[in-house]
Amino acid sequence: MKLYIKYDGIVACRVILQEQLEKHNVKYQLLDLGEIEIDGDIAEDNFAELQESLNHYGISILNNQKSQLIQRIKDAIVEMVYERDKLPTTTISHYLSEKLNFSYGYIANIFSEYTFTSIENFIIIQKIERAKKLIVEEELTLTEISYKLNYSSVAHLSSQFKKVTGLTPSMFKRIVDKRRLLVNQVE
Amino acid sequence: MISHKDPIHILLADDDEDDRNFFSEAIAELKMSNRVTLFKDGKELMEYLNQPEIKTPHILFLDLNMPGKTGFDCLKEIRTNSKFKELSIAIYSTSSSEKDIEETFVGGANIYIKKPNDFSKLKKVIKDVVNINWQFHSSGLNKETFFFSI
Repeated sequence: MKLYIKYDGIVACRVILQEQLEKHNVKYQLLDLGEIEIDGDIAEDNFAELQESLNHYGISILNNQKSQLIQRIKDAIVEMVYERDKLPTTTISHYLSEKLNFSYGYIANIFSEYTFTSIENFIIIQKIERAKKLIVEEELTLTEISYKLNYSSVAHLSSQFKKVTGLTPSMFKRIVDKRRLLVNQVE
Repeated sequence: MISHKDPIHILLADDDEDDRNFFSEAIAELKMSNRVTLFKDGKELMEYLNQPEIKTPHILFLDLNMPGKTGFDCLKEIRTNSKFKELSIAIYSTSSSEKDIEETFVGGANIYIKKPNDFSKLKKVIKDVVNINWQFHSSGLNKETFFFSI
């Protein structure tokens, strides 16, 4: 016997998603095709199970792979800025594409799509974060900090610091010191 | 897991209705998906925040000059409650004196906005603020030394 059927793939997919998300106790909202809004985060175990159940129906969670790549890009940048004694002098695009095995164009596009900022800007933010840390630690002078972070001069560091925070390094230091004093007084 | 698709929750407390409208219009034009809750004074804001089991919003835009409970009163109250240590506070004021900016940051604010008087500039400022705040929020950067003056 042969049956002839007609089916609506989109409806089928939505029903599968609804059933599986409910089965895994995920609070959700189905958006346009291919997008689901999840309330809050999903625990890692539960996420893996959900992913497996969906894979069974030929559905895979794309966003997670992209999120993972974003995280790897961020990690690579943080490692570059923080863990090395001195920043690499080769171009950053070269460093990142070697490290992550993707073309820099791909990395840069996906990064700005998901983080609402460019890789270049993110690196500047991270460098200024490191500068803040070094300023607060008080072990290095501003000249030494600018050398360590590959700035051509203290003036260059100061102007980028001002661009990212709106403050001069010395005003920043003063605020941190005053805040600490206040916290100590309260305790 | 980073949830890039979570809408960012923005609070706004301002006693001036026109300002509230300008702000919410500017926020509505952000690319980032967002949810905005408005308050017309400090009392209303603190009542909202003091509800038990409230989920900490991402960012609060706080007018400094409000009758009754001022923005500075709210700032102090919020910063003495460790429940809100992840909440970024953006103060806006008409003053741009270095002394006022410094005091606000020492008092626990993260962002200081000199209120622009033209709408297109306001939109740009809000975009920049929400964006930098998002980087701090989504990349685990140190909130204790997060200052941004614009």
